Amino acid sequence: MSILVDRLTRVLVQGITGREGAFHAARCREYGTTVVGGVTPGKGGTRHEGFPVWNTVAEAVAAEGVTCALIFVPPPAAADAIMEAASAGVPLVVCITEGVPVGDMVRVKHFVAGTPSRLIGPNCPGIITPGQAKIGIMPGHIHRPGPVGVVSRSGTLTYEVVGQLTGRDIGQSTCVGIGGDPVNGTSFVDVLRLFNDDPETRAIMMIGEIGGTAEEEAAAYIAERVKKPVVAFICGQTAPPGRRMGHAGAIIAGGRGTAAEKMKALEGAGATLVRSPADMGETVAKVIAR
Amino acid sequence: MKVHEYQAKALLREFAVGVPRGEVAETAAQARTVAERMGGRVVVKAQVHAGGRGKGGGIKLAADAAGAEAAAEQIIGMRLKTPQTPPEGIEVHSVLVEEASAIERELYVSITLDRARSTDVVMASAAGGMDIEEVAARTPEKIFREWTHPALGLADFQARRLAFALGLAGDQLKQGVALIRNLFRLYVAKDCSLVEVNPLVVTKDGRVLALDAKVNFDDNALFRHQDVAALRDVREEAPLDVEASKYGLNYIKLDGNVGCMVNGAGLAMATMDIVKLAGGAPANFLDVGGGASPGQIENAFRILSSDPSVKAVFINVFGGILRCDRLAEGVIAAIKKLGLRLPVVVRMEGTNVELGKKMLAESGLLLTNADDMGDGARKAVAAARGAA
Repeated sequence: MSILVDRLTRVLVQGITGREGAFHAARCREYGTTVVGGVTPGKGGTRHEGFPVWNTVAEAVAAEGVTCALIFVPPPAAADAIMEAASAGVPLVVCITEGVPVGDMVRVKHFVAGTPSRLIGPNCPGIITPGQAKIGIMPGHIHRPGPVGVVSRSGTLTYEVVGQLTGRDIGQSTCVGIGGDPVNGTSFVDVLRLFNDDPETRAIMMIGEIGGTAEEEAAAYIAERVKKPVVAFICGQTAPPGRRMGHAGAIIAGGRGTAAEKMKALEGAGATLVRSPADMGETVAKVIAR
Repeated sequence: MKVHEYQAKALLREFAVGVPRGEVAETAAQARTVAERMGGRVVVKAQVHAGGRGKGGGIKLAADAAGAEAAAEQIIGMRLKTPQTPPEGIEVHSVLVEEASAIERELYVSITLDRARSTDVVMASAAGGMDIEEVAARTPEKIFREWTHPALGLADFQARRLAFALGLAGDQLKQGVALIRNLFRLYVAKDCSLVEVNPLVVTKDGRVLALDAKVNFDDNALFRHQDVAALRDVREEAPLDVEASKYGLNYIKLDGNVGCMVNGAGLAMATMDIVKLAGGAPANFLDVGGGASPGQIENAFRILSSDPSVKAVFINVFGGILRCDRLAEGVIAAIKKLGLRLPVVVRMEGTNVELGKKMLAESGLLLTNADDMGDGARKAVAAARGAA
């Protein structure tokens, strides 16, 4: 078991003829993911590096029964690509694109909420169920199937924790990057709920960062509902206020969104806090051994 | 992105929001000319990207044109220190010279994103002219909020409720409703991340005016607003930050002495944290991105090592898409080309890591390998101490 994606997932890559889209479509296929093809408006009917290309998502859905859209469309058109996938009835939409205007995301999130689709991202590494499906830009080879669910706002920091876990022979059920933007499709709470209900996930590793209140909301949910052990790390403990630390969402504004507040909330909810990012894997190992 | 008050007010004017008459001046003589045009009493306001200017001596009232010239003489070229500037202050390059308004009441209006609700919120308070965060903390009941519809925006009834909450009536109510609607139009049309008017004033002659204005923009949306992008004043930003942005690098200068070079924003923040935990202090935040080329790594190196407070460099890369051999190639080339003499600690992990480590070991350069993040941070902090 796993959450959201598995070996039956059928992926359509939007923006497949772009450099990033083509490169990562091939890496996902190498990993064993079923990539049915891609969409690039105006290039329908052609093939790109062995993948069939359609003009619209709806055409691809009709032809191949797509269950997941993976979006590499550049920022000016990314929001539109998300809406196209959702309106074509694709149940899971994963948007990798970094730099989508916040105003676009406010409107698109509302649009997606009116459909049965779930959006992950934007500005995220994607989602992987080790040994089954890799849908995103993460390096597949560092992952192993296993009992730890990973959810994170950051990309490379997720690879870091996965590397630490796999190095200790601890595998992962599913790893979800929810993205570093202030408005995103899927929250920590959404993913915690899924991990909590997934029988194969025995522990949850959560990586948050400064800015916003998503970690505080996660803490409230953990306290109320989550039955499984949660290990949490919050990056940006030393970040100065008022400066955007790379991610659009990572900013301490008006004295809110500090790492200290988030750590306090999570600790109060019963999560095991990791102070040093070097100790994430070891802490999970100890929690699982209990 | 931030802009100056005079630029923000020009935008407000474009969206039919009332602001006092005024013009920007870059010399005292220009300030005099503007004041003569305005006639009567004027306010001379330092134009910097920071609030709290009045307390730092950056805002002066002048009775006439000669007074305006004298005030501008004092303000232009000064290093203005406010609670929102770095401790050394920021240099003032220009002033806004405005007609002085006879104020009846001071109010507050702002628009920004409410992340928790994933939509925009318009806030209004009759307690204007004060630090709104303090008002929110001490007397939250004095702040009124209307959350806009994500697709439909601000409804007229919401604008009316806000205007009523401000205690406006009669003609001023009409002006207030129009002003709030127009501010929201500006916020959406220009992809703003903040529009704040503090204070919004009712003048003694019954006008509703934005006496001050702060407008920030979503950097991600600048591609569709060339007019806004042109308002950027790089003199207000740290020189190294500006240099880094030219190469698509995300760099923020900090106070410590361990220069950090990392791929990915989250890992970069975590690297700063671990340097601190190891007893040191990071000199910067630097994210070289997921697919950094050797050329970009060279630029990153040049920028972080040109900060004189850097005593050691810590490279922390988890190569996924970025292969470790390519990273090693970039690092070796950069050190040789720049003739860098600083101690460099390299921690890398991921694709082709063995090859990368071999290349570094055989380069003949003084590089220290680290086994993991913790090890790397300890070694870098020790190196910075040894060199300090």
